Amino acid sequence: MTGPALPQPRGELSAAVIAALTSGDTALDSTLPPTVDPYGDDLQLALYVLYELHYRGFTGVPDELEWDPGLLAVRRSLERPFLAALRRDVPPGTSADEALDALLVEPVGHDDSSVSHHLQRDGELWQLTEYAALRSLYHLKEADPHAWVIPRLRGRAKAGMVAVEFDEFGAGRPEEIHARLYADLMTDLGLDTTYGHYLDRAPAVALATVNLMSLFGLHRALRGALVGHFATVEVTSSPGSRRMAAALRRTGAGKAAQRFYDEHVEADAVHEQVVRRDVVGGLLADEPHLEADIAFGVHATGLLEDRFGAHVLKAWQQQHSALRTLPHGGTERKSP
Amino acid sequence: MTITPDGPLLLPGPVEVTLPDGTVVTSRRFTVALCTCRRSRIYPWCDTSHRRRTKNAKETR
Ligand code: FES
Ligand SMILES: [Fe+2]
Ligand SMILES: [Fe+2]
Repeated sequence: MTGPALPQPRGELSAAVIAALTSGDTALDSTLPPTVDPYGDDLQLALYVLYELHYRGFTGVPDELEWDPGLLAVRRSLERPFLAALRRDVPPGTSADEALDALLVEPVGHDDSSVSHHLQRDGELWQLTEYAALRSLYHLKEADPHAWVIPRLRGRAKAGMVAVEFDEFGAGRPEEIHARLYADLMTDLGLDTTYGHYLDRAPAVALATVNLMSLFGLHRALRGALVGHFATVEVTSSPGSRRMAAALRRTGAGKAAQRFYDEHVEADAVHEQVVRRDVVGGLLADEPHLEADIAFGVHATGLLEDRFGAHVLKAWQQQHSALRTLPHGGTERKSP
Repeated sequence: MTITPDGPLLLPGPVEVTLPDGTVVTSRRFTVALCTCRRSRIYPWCDTSHRRRTKNAKETR
């Protein structure tokens, strides 16, 4: 299996990481400039590239570099400010239940701050296509980083987590793996389904949503936050997916495109119940001290999703592309 | 089976349901959520339409 191509750097940090992966010389200085933006393109891309070594890697980069001590030290130095910024920016002191209960409420009527509300009512096909391209970084890894938490859970939490993951991975049928259903959606929209294809076009706000689940998934110390992330995704997915399916139906995007979201309306109504009752409930019964971390995971996910949504809606309001324009040849308002 | 306080009935799958008009629908999922509020648009399966609605919900997905 060959991985995707390495992306274009977006600053000194990402340039150093990409150069190290290309040359194999990984003796990097892991001290960061104090002014580094934890949510910015340079840090988020550098982190994204280092995390990718734990998924499928990159063409031309030796698999062994996944556990290279020099790269791991750099990864840690990038994770610290990202995690510190998230801890600083989420609301403090709520219980896991309070955090999740707030997501179990649906707005009456139209919500101006929601991408799926916008797409359902007014979305144009080029916007749906852009959204699908940006989300491909997440959905083509769908459920993958959450599998890392399995050995760290026991009993009810573990059984519930594995049952939901089994569904995410197609319940024994490769053609129904959710990441595969997403690739089929992309085909309907005329997008390139190659894993990692839209990395260069994805702004930092999109990379951060993926880095968040990699961060939580790779650290056992953050297992509570990983469960909070998973619960947030499952709780918010079903109503959002209904709006997305309606948008794709209205714009005539195609059968496979609708199928991905139709499946998530039904599946995630179940997943939500299992995750809240068994995974969150089971983990809290087992390790009550993780309560604050579960809530943190919920809030951090909400925070980064809100930032991503705000970016996309703002770009579209100005009739701009929500994707990054590449230095050579990228034109605005053209489908990606 | 589990009766949830605010939503569906949870049953271990697979499940076969006969609707009032005689149609039979099946779900192969490991757990199936049967709608009890009758508001679901994919009845008899739950689609979270049972959720409380509010004027100022914050939800961006
Ligand atoms: S019980 Fe969930 S939609 Fe009716
Ligand atoms: Fe899924
Ligand atoms: Fe799910």
